[in-house]
Amino acid sequence: MLRPSIQARQALARLTLPVLVVASFGLMLLGKADTLLADRARSAMADALAPIYAVLGEPISAVADTIHDAARLITLREENTRLREENERLRRWQSVALALDAENQRLKANLRWVPDPQAAFVTTRVIADAGGLYARAVLLSLGPNHAIRKGAIALDERGLVGRVTEIGARTARVLLITDINSRIPVILENSRARAILTGTNGARPRLLYWPEGVTPTEGERIVTSAEANAFPANLPIGTLRYSANGVPEVEPEAQLQRLEVVRIFDYGLGILPPPEPVERRTPGRH
Amino acid sequence: MALMDQTPGIRPRLTLGRRLDIAARLALPTCVTVLVMLATELPFGMPNQAALLPAVALIGVWFWSVFRPTSMPPPIVFLIGLLLDLRGYLPLGAGVLTLLIAHGIALRWRRFLVEQGFTMVWVSFLPIAIGGAVLIWLLAALLNLRLLSPVPALFQAIVTFALYPVMAIPLAFAHRSLADPARA
Repeated sequence: MLRPSIQARQALARLTLPVLVVASFGLMLLGKADTLLADRARSAMADALAPIYAVLGEPISAVADTIHDAARLITLREENTRLREENERLRRWQSVALALDAENQRLKANLRWVPDPQAAFVTTRVIADAGGLYARAVLLSLGPNHAIRKGAIALDERGLVGRVTEIGARTARVLLITDINSRIPVILENSRARAILTGTNGARPRLLYWPEGVTPTEGERIVTSAEANAFPANLPIGTLRYSANGVPEVEPEAQLQRLEVVRIFDYGLGILPPPEPVERRTPGRH
Repeated sequence: MALMDQTPGIRPRLTLGRRLDIAARLALPTCVTVLVMLATELPFGMPNQAALLPAVALIGVWFWSVFRPTSMPPPIVFLIGLLLDLRGYLPLGAGVLTLLIAHGIALRWRRFLVEQGFTMVWVSFLPIAIGGAVLIWLLAALLNLRLLSPVPALFQAIVTFALYPVMAIPLAFAHRSLADPARA
C-alpha cells in the first residue's frame, strides 16, 4: 500500500486545524447566503429526534410534576383562599361579559354585521425549547399528516404565543413574541392607537412607534391589529407596564416560560406574504 | 491505529474482536460528548436550559483535546461544532469556530496541563469558558446583525465553568479505563 512519508503525514496533520478554521468561516458565509439550508437541516434533525425526546420526556416530566405537587401541598391553604376570592370576582365578571355579549349580538343583528370567520385550530404539545441561547422559540409535535402552514398563529389558553416559522414533517417551530426578531402590529386598547411590539429576547417585549400625541398608559391592554394581514384583530397579547427607565413594555398574558400545550389557529391570512416579520427576518436566523 | 506502532517489537496480528475493542475505545470520547449534548436537550423544564448545550460541548472537546487528542481530532471537533450550531440554533459556523479554537489552545497547553492537578486544570479552564461564551455571543450578534444582550453569555460562561468538575470527574475515570486503547 502506498503511504505518504512521515514528514508529509505530519505536515498534513498540522494543516488540518487551520484548514478547518477557514472552513468554519466558509460555513458562516454559507449560512448567511442560504438561510434555508440551516433551517432544513435543523427541522430534519428535529423530526428525527422528536420521538426520542417525547418518549424520554414522559418519565422526566412525571418526576418533575411529583416534586412540583409536593411543593404545592405546603401552600395549599392560602392557594385555596386566594382561588375562592378570585372565583367570586370572576363570576361577577362573567355575568357582565354574558350581558355584554348578548347586547353585542343584538346590536350586530340590527346592523347586519358580517360575522368574522371562525378559525379552525388544532391543539398540540410543546416538546422542546427551540431557541437556544440567542432566540426564543419552541418546538411543537404534530401528526404526520398535519395541515399547519407557515405563518399560522399560536395561542395558549391566555394569549398570543407567537407564529409558526418552520414546518417539518412532524414538528413545527413557533417563534415567540419575545424573540429579538419578532415584530407584531398591535393596538393599544384604550386609545385604539397602533404600535409595533418588538421582542428583545427578554421576558417583556417592547412597544415602539406609537403615534404622536398618544401616551401608552400603565395597565392598558394590548391586542393584535389586523394591519398587514398577518394577524386577526383583537387577539389578547398582554398588559402594558413601564420599565424602571420609563420604556413601555408589555407583560405577555401567555405563560411563555412554561408552555405545555398551545393551539395553532389558521386564519387563512397571509395569502400575500406579509413584509414583516416573516420575510424580512431572513437576513438573520429565525 | 497509530498507537500500535509506538512500542517496538514483533506482535501477533490483532484479532477482529481486539481491533473492534480498540476502535470502540477510540470512538468513546466522541460518542460520549455527542450523547451528553443530546441529553442536555431533554425536557427537564429548567430555566435557561439552553446554556447547557454549548457548555457540555466545550467541556467535552476541551477535556479530550487535552487528555486524549488522538480520540478528538480536528474533523471530529468540526462535526461536534456543527451539531452544536444546528441543535443550539446558533448561526452556522459560530460553534464550529469556537470549538476549533478551543481545540487549538488545548493542543498548545496540553504539555503543561497533563502534569497539573485537577484544581489547576479546572482554574485554567476559566479563560476558555469565558472566551468561548464571549466568542459565541460575538459571532451570534455579528451574523444576526443585531446587538444582543450579553447576559446569556455571562450565564453560559458561569454554567460552563461550574459544570466542568461535574463532567470531568467521570470523564477522568473513563480516560484511564474505558477510553484507553492500550487496555483493549
